[in-house]
This record gives sequence, C-alpha cells and structure tokens, in this order.
Amino acid sequence: MEHFIELRDICKSYGQQAAVCNATLELKKGEVFSLLGPSGCGKTTLLRILGGFQYPDSGRVIVNGQDITDLPANKRPINTVFQNYALFPNMTVWDNIAFGLRVARMTRKEINVEVDRMLELIDMQDHARKKPGEISGGQKQRVAIARALVNKPQLLLLDEPLAALDLKLRQRMLIELDNIHDEVGITFLYVTHDQGEAMSLSDRIAVMNNGSIEQIGSPVEIYEAPGSSFVAAFIGDTNFINGQVKEKIDHDYIRIELEEFNSVLAWNDKQLNPGERVDLSIRPEKFRLFRNKPEATPYMNAVEGTVEDIIYLGAQTKYWIRVGEKLVSVQQQHGRFLLDETPITWGENVWVCWHANDGYMLQRFDEEDASMLPLPPEEDLEDDEEAQ
Amino acid sequence: MKRSRFPLLISVGVMLFFYLPIFLLVVGSFNDSRYGGPWRGFTLKWYERLLTERDIWAATENTLIIALVSTVVATCLGTIAAWVLHRYHGALQRTHYLFMYMPLVVPDILMGISLLLLFVNFSAKLGLTTITLAHITFCTSYVTLVVLGRLQDFDNNVVDAALDLGARWPRIIWNVILPMLGPGIASGALLAFTLSVDDFIITFFVCGPGSTTLPLYVYSSMKHGSPTIINALCTIFMAVTAIIVITGQFLMNRRQPVQQLRS
Ligand SMILES: Nc1ncnc2c1ncn2[C@@H]1O[C@H](COP(=O)(O)OP(=O)(O)OP(=O)(O)O)[C@@H](O)[C@H]1O
Ligand SMILES: [Mg+2]
Repeated sequence: MEHFIELRDICKSYGQQAAVCNATLELKKGEVFSLLGPSGCGKTTLLRILGGFQYPDSGRVIVNGQDITDLPANKRPINTVFQNYALFPNMTVWDNIAFGLRVARMTRKEINVEVDRMLELIDMQDHARKKPGEISGGQKQRVAIARALVNKPQLLLLDEPLAALDLKLRQRMLIELDNIHDEVGITFLYVTHDQGEAMSLSDRIAVMNNGSIEQIGSPVEIYEAPGSSFVAAFIGDTNFINGQVKEKIDHDYIRIELEEFNSVLAWNDKQLNPGERVDLSIRPEKFRLFRNKPEATPYMNAVEGTVEDIIYLGAQTKYWIRVGEKLVSVQQQHGRFLLDETPITWGENVWVCWHANDGYMLQRFDEEDASMLPLPPEEDLEDDEEAQ
Repeated sequence: MKRSRFPLLISVGVMLFFYLPIFLLVVGSFNDSRYGGPWRGFTLKWYERLLTERDIWAATENTLIIALVSTVVATCLGTIAAWVLHRYHGALQRTHYLFMYMPLVVPDILMGISLLLLFVNFSAKLGLTTITLAHITFCTSYVTLVVLGRLQDFDNNVVDAALDLGARWPRIIWNVILPMLGPGIASGALLAFTLSVDDFIITFFVCGPGSTTLPLYVYSSMKHGSPTIINALCTIFMAVTAIIVITGQFLMNRRQPVQQLRS
C-alpha cells in the first residue's frame, strides 16, 4: 500500500544556512507522528513546507499518491494549529471556528451544526461569544484545534501547541489531545522539543538534528535502540562507553576492552568482529548498585567504583560513580530491598551491575553529543559542604 | 505635609500659553469691534457675515473636496505601502521606506517649490487637481508610517492561518487584515485629513486661480479683509474639529474589547 503522506528528500535553506536537508518521512493514515528535536533544528520549517506556507528548494510532498509540492496552502487538505494559536482577534470564538466552513461555502444550517459540535468537543459552549482576548491560554489552544479540526482535514499539523502552557495544564491538554485524536481518528503531525510530550502521545517519532532526520521509530525503539549518539543523549539520559571488540563469546555476545575501565560483555546486535571500535550507550536506570560483589551470573557485568556524588530527585536518586577514569551516572529507586539495609553514602565502595543486553551499540558516535549529557555538580561545591 | 503648589503653577502656565490665544480668538469672534482690540459688546454679526460671504463657501468647498479625495487616495496607497514594507525586507524595501520617510523631513517650502516646478514642466494647469496631487504625496507618507506602526504588532501567522483554512486573498484582506488594521488605518486617514485641511505652504505654491482653499483664504483676509470674520470662521472650525475628535475617541473606546483577567 502507498503511504498516506510522503516527504521525499526535502531541502530548504535560508541564504547559506540549510534549515532542512534531505528529510524523508512517511506517515500512515490515522497515526500520531511527532517531530522531535532541539530548538532551531528545522521542525517548524518542515511543518510549514508540509502546510504549504513555504516551498522546498528541492524534494517532493506527496499526499495520497498525489504530488502537492506546488499547491498553495489554501488548496491543501491539511490544517494547522500554529505555535502561538494565531486566532483571529477580531472574531468571536464561534466565528473563528466557523471561518473555514464559511470559506467552503457551507449553508448556515450546516455551519451551526458543525460549530456547535466542535464547541462541545472542546467543552467551550459557554465561551462561544467571547473574543480571543477574553479567554485563557489553554482555551485559546482548544479553539485553535477546533478551528482546524472542523474542516475535517486529512492531516492535522500541530506546532508546539502546548509550549506556552504551564506544566499542569500541559499534562491535561496532552490527555485531551489524545482523546480528540481517538475521537476524530485523523493523522496528527506533532512538532515538539519536549521528549515527554512526544513519547506519551506518538505512535512514531522522528528525531531531528541540524536540519536532518536522525532516526524514525516508535517511542520504545527511539529510547531503547537509539540510532546515534545524538538520539541517545537527546532522549533521556545515558552513559557513553567506548572501546574495542576483544573477542566473540558466542554467536550473540562479545567481550569489549574499554578505554576507561575493565572489559565488559555486550550484546552483539551489530555483528561486530574482534578489533572493531564499539560505542555503547547505557541508560542510568539500567544499572543496579550493590555494596558487595554480587554472585556472577552469565552475561552479567559488574564493575567496582566509588560514590562521588548523590543527587536526590524525589522519585529517584541519581548517583555519580567513579569507575576507573570514568564517571558513571546511575539512577535508582529508593527501595532498599535492592540494596543493603542502610542507604549508600558519599565515598562508599560499590559494585555497578548490568546485564549485557542493557547496553546498546550505537551506529554513529559523535564526541560533541556526549557533551550534551549532564555533568555532576562542581567538586568544590562538595568540599564546601564537607567543611560545614 | 503641605503639597507643593509648584506643579499646579506650571500646569496653569502651560495651559495659559496654549489656550489663551485660542480663547482670545473665540472671544474676539463675538466682539462688536471691527479690528479686534478692546471689548465693545457682544454680537453675532460676524457669524451672519460669514454666512453671506460667498468666497468663504467656495474656499470651504475646495478644501473639503481636496481633503476628501487626497485622504481616500492616500489611505489606500499608504496602507498598501505599509503592508509591502512590513511583509518584505530587501534593498528595494529599504529604499522604498526612505522615499516614504523623505516628505516628513524635507521642509514644506522645498516640497512646494519642487512640486510647482514639476507641474510647470509638464505644463499642467494649476488648480484643484495639482493641489490634490500635492496633498496625496505627503498624506501618503503619514498614512504609511502610522499604519506601519500598527503593523509592528501584527501577527503574520494569522494570515497563514486564514490561508490554511482555505481562504483566498480577497477574503483574507477583507475579513482578517482590514479589521485588524482598521484602527490604524482610521487614525492614518484622520491624520491625512487634518493635514490636508490644514496645509498652507505647499498649497500656496501649487494653487491656481479659482482654487483658493480655506487656509489660503484666511491668509489673504488677514492681509486685506476683516480679521474678525476670520475669528468667527476659526471658532466654527474648532468646534467642528472638536466634535469630530470627541466622537472618534468615543467610538474607539466603545470598540475596545473588555480585557478580562485570566481565570
Ligand atoms: N525566515 C527565516 N529566515 C532565515 N532563517 C530562518 C528563517 N526561519 C528559520 N530560519 C532558520 O532555520 C533554522 C530552523 O528553524 P525552525 O524554525 O524550523 O526551527 P525549529 O526546529 O522549529 O525551532 P524551535 O523549536 O525553536 O521552534 C534555524 O536555524 C533558523 O534560524
Ligand atoms: Mg518551531
């Protein structure tokens, strides 16, 4: 089957600077697809090209097998919820929602029915006669969604629709968006720089960096099997470990000689051979901490280190453990059954353990991405605390 | 603590400075004395004379025709110019902006002379048409700058949103852009109108026989006719302007939506 929406090799630059380069995407009917990436990586540009507000320098936009690259925005079966809502300030909420229907020359009766149905969907019946200046941010956002949805577009584009809202409202709107999607069932293309939003809402995510798409996959794939060091570092927190393949243990596992500390076992999903370089990403929550060396089990890694720093995060605690040359970040639940009776403190000797499958081999590793990761607090701060 | 009287004094002084001449003018228009001066008793005869003076009516008619035509044309041109200057930014637009700005800083007398030279070069017949053209040139600049100011906080995404909803340009202009820019365009038009009614210097250079406007008439009567009748004329003018301004203010205030606090 042909894909519902295709972006093929889209390139767009402003002067010298490439805002989007060689972006290729395919959307399935009815899915929620997110574009995720840091500020300035070209998400809005790509969205505007799809919406028809900008034309790509090269590449094709295809909807339902039909090339619409040169079609202007007002002829596309696509509607947009803009980053700052862009409601018509001179019209009431009701007229804002009715705008698209009036443009489509529907009868007054049909318009009344459709707009009232939308108002009910976004729960704004009581505010229909107000102007955008007289409603709150969350309400504006719902009106913007209703104004786009009422036209029954085949694709709804949302450009960071929740960016202007506070945390609580954002969480509520996220659930509402999800409900709306379940109800109307059309395809959503959701742009955000918030990984939490993207993870909780999307069926699939495209991670963008510097104008190109780094990886496309489900939230689980993106998190558990990041394609590049950028993706690994941008989504959640991670530890990068670089080394060389020393030997093949069996068909699936290899032993890696590390630059920073002892050799470890890893799942050889990239089928590397001895002598090749390897870059591992291990998420902080994959580790377990023990005071005493746990009994060795197959494919278990255990390395010894000292606790350098402890950061209490409420739901979890983060430890910085020095293992040889390297500082490893470890995240643990508080449950003491995993540890010994007393909590681990600064300066203690601990064993950091993980299963060989918990490390993930990166296809592409870039030193710069490693610098995106959070660093432990400054050493001298700690000294001050001890002095007190 | 005793409040200082100083600010009050200053205010009164400034008010006197501004409004005493006008006050004297209004009083003078009711003074039963041919050349102003000391109070000789209340009279309405200057107003009666005003009604019968044919030249004044002709001048008023000229002024209004010129003002209306140049306001309408300048408002259209100025609004379009402002939109273009707002929407596009290039070398061409920078030059355009400079040209728009020029008439504001070039002395009126220069404008007048250069326009006169232009008209003479094309051997145009000096009269209402030339005056109107001259007024359109400087009024357009003012309208452009006023509307451009309003456009500073115009959200371009709103136009994209209208396009997104399938609207074509005529509808977008009529239903989205113009309502949002309405107040800006209206104040630009008002400014253009007052400037046109008011203008003396440029008009003076490009007028011809039979195209006397009110300011020109006032000037010549001050020199050759009765100043008292001018007092009456000015008083009426002021009353009309005041009524227009107050109504305008009233309408503007009423149209402003009530800002509600966020819940
Ligand atoms: N009109 C423009 N003129 C010049 N450069 C632009 C223009 N619009 C965007 N850019 C550049 O293109 C790049 C991508 O911009 P874009 O708006 O797509 O980023 P974004 O991913 O949406 O970022 P954000 O998350 O901050 O909204 C940026 O580096 C930006 O500086
Ligand atoms: Mg953006």
